[in-house]
Amino acid sequence: MKTQGKVTGIISNLVVVEVDGPVAQNEICYINLAGTKLMAEVIKVIGKLAYVQVFESTRGLRVGTPVEFQGHMLEVTLGPGLLSKNYDGLQHDLAKMKGIFLQRGDYTDALDFDSEWDFTPLVEPGTQVIAADWLGEVPENWVKHKIMVPFTFTDKYTVKSIVPAGKYKVSDTIAVLVDTKGEEFKVTMYQKWPVKKAIIAYKEKPRPSKILETGVRVIDTLNPIAEGGTGFIPGPFGCGKTVLQHALAKQANADMIIMAACGERANEVVEIFAEFPHLDDPRTGRKLMERTTIICNTSNMPVAAREASVYTAMTIGEYYRSMGLKVLLLADSTSRWAQALREMSNRLEELPGPDAFPMDLSAVIANFYARAGFVHLNNGSNGSVTFIGTVSPAGGNLKEPVTESTKKAARCFYALSQQRADSKRYPAIDPMDSYSKYLEYPEIQEFLNKNISENWVELVMKVKNTIQQGREASEQINILGDDGVPLDYHDRYWKAEIIDFVILQQDAFDVIDCNTPLARQRYMLEKVMQICNTNFHFDGFEQCSSYYKRMINTLKQMNYSEFQSEEFYNYEKELDTILNERRVQ
Amino acid sequence: METKVFQRIYTQLTGITKATVSLRAQGVANEELAMVHGRLAQVVKIMGDIITLQVFSGTEGIPTNAEVVFFGEPPMLKVGDDLAGRFFDAYGHPMFGDSEIEGEPREIGGPSVNPLRRKQPSELIATGIAGIDLNNTLVTGQKIPFFADPDQPFNQVMAMVALRAQADKIILGGMGLSNDDFLFFKNVFENAGALDRIISFVNTTEQPPVERLLVPDMALTAAEYFAVEKKEKVLVLLTDMTLYADALSIVSNRMDQIPSKDSMPGSLYSDLAKIYEKAVQFPDGGSITIIAVTTLSGGDITHAIPDNTGYITEGQLFLRTDSDTGKVIVDPFRSLSRLKQLVIGKKTREDHPQVMNAAVRLYADAASAKTKLENGFDLTEYDERALKFAHDYSEKLLAIDINIEVDAMLNTAWQLLAKYFSKTEVAIKSELVEKYWPAN
Ligand SMILES: Nc1ncnc2c1ncn2[C@@H]1O[C@H](COP(=O)(O)OP(=O)(O)O)[C@@H](O)[C@H]1O
Ligand SMILES: [Mg+2]
Repeated sequence: MKTQGKVTGIISNLVVVEVDGPVAQNEICYINLAGTKLMAEVIKVIGKLAYVQVFESTRGLRVGTPVEFQGHMLEVTLGPGLLSKNYDGLQHDLAKMKGIFLQRGDYTDALDFDSEWDFTPLVEPGTQVIAADWLGEVPENWVKHKIMVPFTFTDKYTVKSIVPAGKYKVSDTIAVLVDTKGEEFKVTMYQKWPVKKAIIAYKEKPRPSKILETGVRVIDTLNPIAEGGTGFIPGPFGCGKTVLQHALAKQANADMIIMAACGERANEVVEIFAEFPHLDDPRTGRKLMERTTIICNTSNMPVAAREASVYTAMTIGEYYRSMGLKVLLLADSTSRWAQALREMSNRLEELPGPDAFPMDLSAVIANFYARAGFVHLNNGSNGSVTFIGTVSPAGGNLKEPVTESTKKAARCFYALSQQRADSKRYPAIDPMDSYSKYLEYPEIQEFLNKNISENWVELVMKVKNTIQQGREASEQINILGDDGVPLDYHDRYWKAEIIDFVILQQDAFDVIDCNTPLARQRYMLEKVMQICNTNFHFDGFEQCSSYYKRMINTLKQMNYSEFQSEEFYNYEKELDTILNERRVQ
Repeated sequence: METKVFQRIYTQLTGITKATVSLRAQGVANEELAMVHGRLAQVVKIMGDIITLQVFSGTEGIPTNAEVVFFGEPPMLKVGDDLAGRFFDAYGHPMFGDSEIEGEPREIGGPSVNPLRRKQPSELIATGIAGIDLNNTLVTGQKIPFFADPDQPFNQVMAMVALRAQADKIILGGMGLSNDDFLFFKNVFENAGALDRIISFVNTTEQPPVERLLVPDMALTAAEYFAVEKKEKVLVLLTDMTLYADALSIVSNRMDQIPSKDSMPGSLYSDLAKIYEKAVQFPDGGSITIIAVTTLSGGDITHAIPDNTGYITEGQLFLRTDSDTGKVIVDPFRSLSRLKQLVIGKKTREDHPQVMNAAVRLYADAASAKTKLENGFDLTEYDERALKFAHDYSEKLLAIDINIEVDAMLNTAWQLLAKYFSKTEVAIKSELVEKYWPAN
C-alpha cells in the first residue's frame, strides 16, 4: 500500500502534504493536479506533515489535492540506450515530449523499451557473481554496453540461466540468478538506482596515476587533470567557462562524455544539439554525439530539478564507469545547483549560512566531488569518472561560499581571470593562480615523464618560473617606465609573452588551433622554451618588443597550421631565420 | 478582468502588510488572481485555509473588511492580431481609454520551450552601428542588455536598433519608464511610420512599482503569440530591467524573505532567467529576440542586478562616453555578443573575426599607452601610433552615430590598421592580409 496524502500548504514550489502513513526523507511523490502528475521530493518531515519540493510550477495547485508517495527516492533508469540521449534533469527523454513547450507532467521514458539490442552473454550458468559483474554485453553506438548484475543486489549469486546470444528488449529477462538462500531473481537489461547514492560496486579506488588528455594546452601542459580526477573552473561571466567546457567535451580523451547543463542558457545546449551530431571525435572518427549524453536543466527549467540534474549525470557516469569506461562528466554551472539549494533552504526558513546558502553546502559539494574517481572493478578492469564543474561566483569574487567550498573538494583549480578575458587572452585560465594537485603526485610525474618526454615535469616548472619572472618584470616596467628598467627586464617580459601567446592562448574557434594533441604540445613547448633559453642582442627596448612580436606572429602561424605540414615547416624555417638575426652565439 | 459567475467573495482580512493581505478562504488556487478592495492581487502563499495575496499597487488604505473577489485564474493576456499598434498598461488593458481587444486569453509566464525544439540562432541582425555589428554582432533569438549609466542615451540607441532591425513586430516592455521617455518611444515609432508593427506594455514612474512585475511576462506572451503562431520575427525591448529587479526586492523584503547580495532576493537569477530565456529561434522562422536595458550605478557591474544579468544574457553592450572624442561608444572591452561567432565570417565576410580581434587588441595597446601617459612616462613611437589609431577607431567605428554596412565597417577597419601599423604588428592570418590589405 502506497502512502497517500493531501496538500495543505503551498509556497511557490514548496508544498506541505499531510500524509496517512510512513514517508521517507527524499522519497518521491506525485501530486495529482486534475489528472496531471507533478513529481516532487520529500525534503523535510514534521509529524504528519511532509514538506516536498515540486519539480514543476505549482500554478493552479489547491489545498486538498491528492498526493501519492512512491516508496523510493529519486531514481534513474540505467540500461542500453542512454548514450546520445538528451534528458531533462530528471532523466526524461526530451525527444519524446510532445509539442514545442515543456508541459508539466509530460514524463517520458529514459530508455526505448521497444527497441531490440544484440545481446551476447559473457557468463555461463553456474558462474558466481556479485553486484556490477558483467553478465553480457550489447553494442551501443561504439561502446560495448555491459549488462550487469544490478547494483542493488547485495548478496552473492549463482547464474542459474542466461539467454543465448540474440536480440532482446531492455525489459526482457536475460538471466536468472540464485542467492545464497536459494531465492531466484530475474535480471533484465535495465536497472534503477537512487541518484543521491554513490555506486560503489567496485573493488577499490586508488589514487589517479594517469592524466586525461584534453587538447587544451594550458591544462595538459601546465596543470593537467588526472583520469578520474576532479577540477573546477570558476570565473566571472563572459570569461570562457562554457567555451572551455565545450572544448573539453569535444576533445578530451574519454570514452563517454556526460554534460550536465545546469541552470545555464538553453542556446548553449542547442549549440551542442546542433554541432555534436556533425563533429568528428578526433580519436575514433565517429560523430561526437555518439559518445555524448546531455542532461539539460537550463535556467528556465524547474529550479528544483537543477540539483537532481547533477546527481542524475553523476549516476549515469558511475554506471558507465562500471563497464570499464573512461567517463568525463562536465557540469555547467554548479553554482546554479547551489543557488537552487539556497532558494529551498530559505523557503524552509532554515538558519542561513554565509550569503544565505545552506549551512551544509560544503559537505554537499564535497560528497558530490568524492563520487568521481578512477576505480579497479571486481573483474580486474579499470574505469573512471573525471569530473569538471564550473562555478559562477557572484560579482566575480572568488571569496564566496560556492567557490570556497569547491576549492576544498576539487583537486584542479582553473581560475579564469577577468583581466585575461578582457584582453581576449583566451582561454583566460590564469597560469599562476591555477593549480593541479596531481602535478605533485609522484605517480603522475612518472607518467608524464614516461609518456611525454623524459624531463617533462621539470620543463613545466621552468615554464611556470619564466611566466612568473615575466610578471615581475612587467610590474617593474609599469612602475618605473620602459626607460627606467634595464633592457634585460624587457627581454624577460617578452619571453613570458611568447609562452602566453603561443602556449597559453588557444583559439577555441579555429579548427586546427582548438585541439593540440600531447605530441604537438611537447613540440611547441620545447620550441618556445628553446627561445626562452636563448640570449638575444638588442639595441633598445623598442627593438626588443618588435623582434619578439615577429617571433610570436610566426609561432602563431605555426599554431594555425596543420602539425608538421609543409606550411608548418615553412613557418618554422622563417622562425629560425628570425632567431639567427639576433641570437648571441 | 470580467466578472464571472463562479466568483467567490470574502470580506474579512486577517492580516495586512505593506505588500500583502491575508484572509481565510477555501478552494483557492496558487497564483490565481483576485481583486482586493478594487486592486489587482495574486495568490503567493497558501497555508491551510489562510491565503496570502500580493497586492500589485500596494495596500495603503485597504481596510480589514475589504471586499476580496477571486477570479479562479492566473494573469492572462488576450492575444490576437488586434494587439498590433496598441498601447497597454501592466495588466494588459488598453491605454488612452481604448476599447478591449478581441482575442484568445493566454496565461502569462507560461512554460518554457523544449530545448530540443529550438534552432541554433544564425540570422544576423544588422544595426548599422559598428560597435555592435563589427565587434558584437547580434543574432535573432539572442537576448542581450545594454549596460549603461542612467545618463547614457540607452533608450535612444535601443529605439534606433529596433527600427533598423527589420523585425516583423517590436514589443516594448516599459518598466518605470518616465513619461518623457514613454512619449519619446511613441514619437520615434510614429515618425518612423512603424506604429502598426509596435505593441507596448508600459508601467511609468507614475504607477506603482510592483505592477512592473507583470510587464515582461505580458510582453513576452504577446511575443510568443506572434513568433509561434504567426512565425514572425519579434523583437522585445525591455527597459529598464534594473527597475524590474528593484520591484522584486521590494516584494521579497515585504514578505520577510532572507535577502542575499545587495538586498536582492535569493531567487533573482531564476527570476531574471525566466524572462530572458524566452528569447528563442524556432526552426520554422519565428523568433523572439530580447534587447534590454540594465542601468548601472557608477558603472558597477558587480552589483547583483548586472551580475546576474550577465550570467544569463548572451553578452552585454556597454555604453560609455569616450573622453577622447566626446562620443558615446560601445565599449569594445566590456561588451560582448556571445552569439557573434555563429555569424561572423560565415554570414559576413571571411576576414571579419580576425579584423575585429586585431582592432580591439590594438585599441587595448592604446589603452596601455594612455595609462603610461597618465603615469608620466614617455611614449614610444608605437604608443603614439596606437593612440592615433584609437582616436580614429573610436570616431569612425565605435561611435553609436555610425550607420554603415558591415563590409564598409571591415574596409574602414583595414584602412585604419594599414594607416597606423605594419602587417606584422597587425598579426592577422597572412592569407587575409594578402587579400584585404589596402593598396595605397
Ligand atoms: N578559447 C576561446 N577562444 C576564443 N574566444 C573565446 C574563448 N573562450 C571564450 N571566448 C569568448 O568569450 C565568450 C564568453 O565565453 P563563455 O564560455 O560563454 O563564458 P562564461 O561561460 O564564462 O560566461 C565567448 O562567446 C567567446 O566570444
Ligand atoms: Mg557559461
